[in-house]
Amino acid sequence: MEVRVQNIRKEFGRFPALNDVSLDIRSGELIALLGPSGSGKTTLLRLIAGLESPTEGTVYFGEEDASKKTVQERNIGFVFQHYALFRHMTVLDNVSFGLKVRPGSRRPPAAEIRARALELLDLVQLSGLEKRYPAQLSGGQRQRVALARAMAVEPNVLLLDEPFGALDAQVRKELRRWLREIHDRTGHTTVFVTHDQDEALELADRVVVMSKGSIEQVGTPDEIYDTPNSPFVFGFIGESNIIPVRVENGQLWIEDRSIGLSAAGEPDGPAQLYFRPHDIELLDGCGGCIAGIVTVSRRVAGTRHVELDIGAANCKVEIELPPEKAATDKSRIAFRPTRWRLFRDVPNENRTPAQV
Amino acid sequence: MALDTSAHEVHHHTSETVRTATTESRIARYGLIAIALCFIGLFLLLPLAAVFTEAFRNGPGEFVTVLQDPETFSAIRLTLIVAGISVPLNLVFGVAAAWAIAKYEFKGKAFLTTLIDLPFSVSPVISGLVFVLLFGSHSVLGPWLQSHGIQILFAVPGIVLATVFVTFPFVARELIPLMQEQGTADEEAALSLGASGWQTFWYVTLPNIKWGLLYGVLLCNARAMGEFGAVSVVSGHIRGLTNTMPLQVEILYNEYSFVAAFAVATLLALLALVTLVLKSLLELKFSAQIAASRRH
Repeated sequence: MEVRVQNIRKEFGRFPALNDVSLDIRSGELIALLGPSGSGKTTLLRLIAGLESPTEGTVYFGEEDASKKTVQERNIGFVFQHYALFRHMTVLDNVSFGLKVRPGSRRPPAAEIRARALELLDLVQLSGLEKRYPAQLSGGQRQRVALARAMAVEPNVLLLDEPFGALDAQVRKELRRWLREIHDRTGHTTVFVTHDQDEALELADRVVVMSKGSIEQVGTPDEIYDTPNSPFVFGFIGESNIIPVRVENGQLWIEDRSIGLSAAGEPDGPAQLYFRPHDIELLDGCGGCIAGIVTVSRRVAGTRHVELDIGAANCKVEIELPPEKAATDKSRIAFRPTRWRLFRDVPNENRTPAQV
Repeated sequence: MALDTSAHEVHHHTSETVRTATTESRIARYGLIAIALCFIGLFLLLPLAAVFTEAFRNGPGEFVTVLQDPETFSAIRLTLIVAGISVPLNLVFGVAAAWAIAKYEFKGKAFLTTLIDLPFSVSPVISGLVFVLLFGSHSVLGPWLQSHGIQILFAVPGIVLATVFVTFPFVARELIPLMQEQGTADEEAALSLGASGWQTFWYVTLPNIKWGLLYGVLLCNARAMGEFGAVSVVSGHIRGLTNTMPLQVEILYNEYSFVAAFAVATLLALLALVTLVLKSLLELKFSAQIAASRRH
């Protein structure tokens, strides 16, 4: 089901958690709310669920205004970060809970509830564990029970709050891939909250980047990574370098050296140059480049991470090189970003910058 | 599983001569154990043994006879009635108060928490006196009650009120930390799955707190049956009518009926023992479940 969040504002006491947030979630999509802690992503998720009520604004489920409905009436599936499984119930009872508590007229017969729960346990690959108690399961298994429990009520929308946050890295990766499969098979509209960018970029159809109670950018993982529209998104997603530069006559300068990048149409003045460590080309000579002295060189899996001291502006730059490229300490390396963006210091306005 | 095996190995190691950093020397260990045992023997076991010896001084025959005395019998009955009324009341109140304090944020929460502790911090005699001042014949409510023929002081209602007052922190105190630790996620999960408020309480909250609740009820019951001070003030000591077991013990003792006094005391002591044994048995039988409900 399509979910629309319209001009939502939420305050806790006097603390604003969300300011004027609007978001359209398409039917059947898998969407990630990504942001650092305190960005309001979990609050937004809980508002969609009805676990919190907005100070202002509306949530639509399809064409229907869901804002006035209680959490029970919204028919959502919510998966909690720490699972919140009912510890005194078996796995099977946990999964069938949502169907069992329905009023008589809407409750399926007991045999059907059982069959449905077993079917879901099969879907989440936990067949045979239905008699276990939550305490007898591993973290990953618990999370899968929580997911099966949420899906049992055929929810309008599936909401997951940091679903893999409490798991170790290996299990997390497996579950991530597996969640994607489940989503593709069942087609539930799914919203999940995460602070892990890899998780969001790998898993989601679209990513919503949030910061300080506002949405910074909404887009596909490619859009978010390749064309971040604000310094925050650029800095938050992936690795990035920031160098203070100066625009003069459509050219970029670091102090008194031209770096060979042209920013046609940009007004003169100070700006910040953003680029990713791997979006660079090495140069031999230096007629317009960024040059620096190697201070640290580390081999990380298939690449070599090199930290450069570029002297001017007293700032460190990290670039990624192929591992066979030698980068001894104190040696000099010259390079130029191949993909970069320029952000002015002025917040919000004039944010759309020149680009290669 | 991997964790299990490693735990086994660790255990295996310590069972040999490996000393961990927190192990004390042999002398210190035995010394401390001896002190603890002496203390328990002197202050717990010896008095308990004394109570039982005194009660059976003239043989079990007399023990049974003194308990069949009508006044004593009525005291036992009254105690059971009072506990039977005040424990359920405090069960409901304790759960409601703990629920409100642990799961919601509201103004005056700290004040309410303090208020719940009040009966613990006030002398029981004062707790009883409060009701005398409130319902006595010279109080504001006294004449009105009298003209409507309602007897509160020196009757069962007064004793119940005093007992409820004195015992009301037990259940709430036991539940508040437990409920706070468990948080609200389970309840939210139940609600999100469509359960009503009542279903959430019955199927999720109550099973989560049942061990704490049971423990609170046992303590509450022990105190309700054993309360002396507050009940003494409001009861009026009418023989065969408003004497509870603790009051009866005092009366008998003052009348030099030592065997009778200690026989009733034995029953009270037995109550305490039964309470403890019951609690231990429950913990033993359901230890896995209790551990699970604390862990998870």
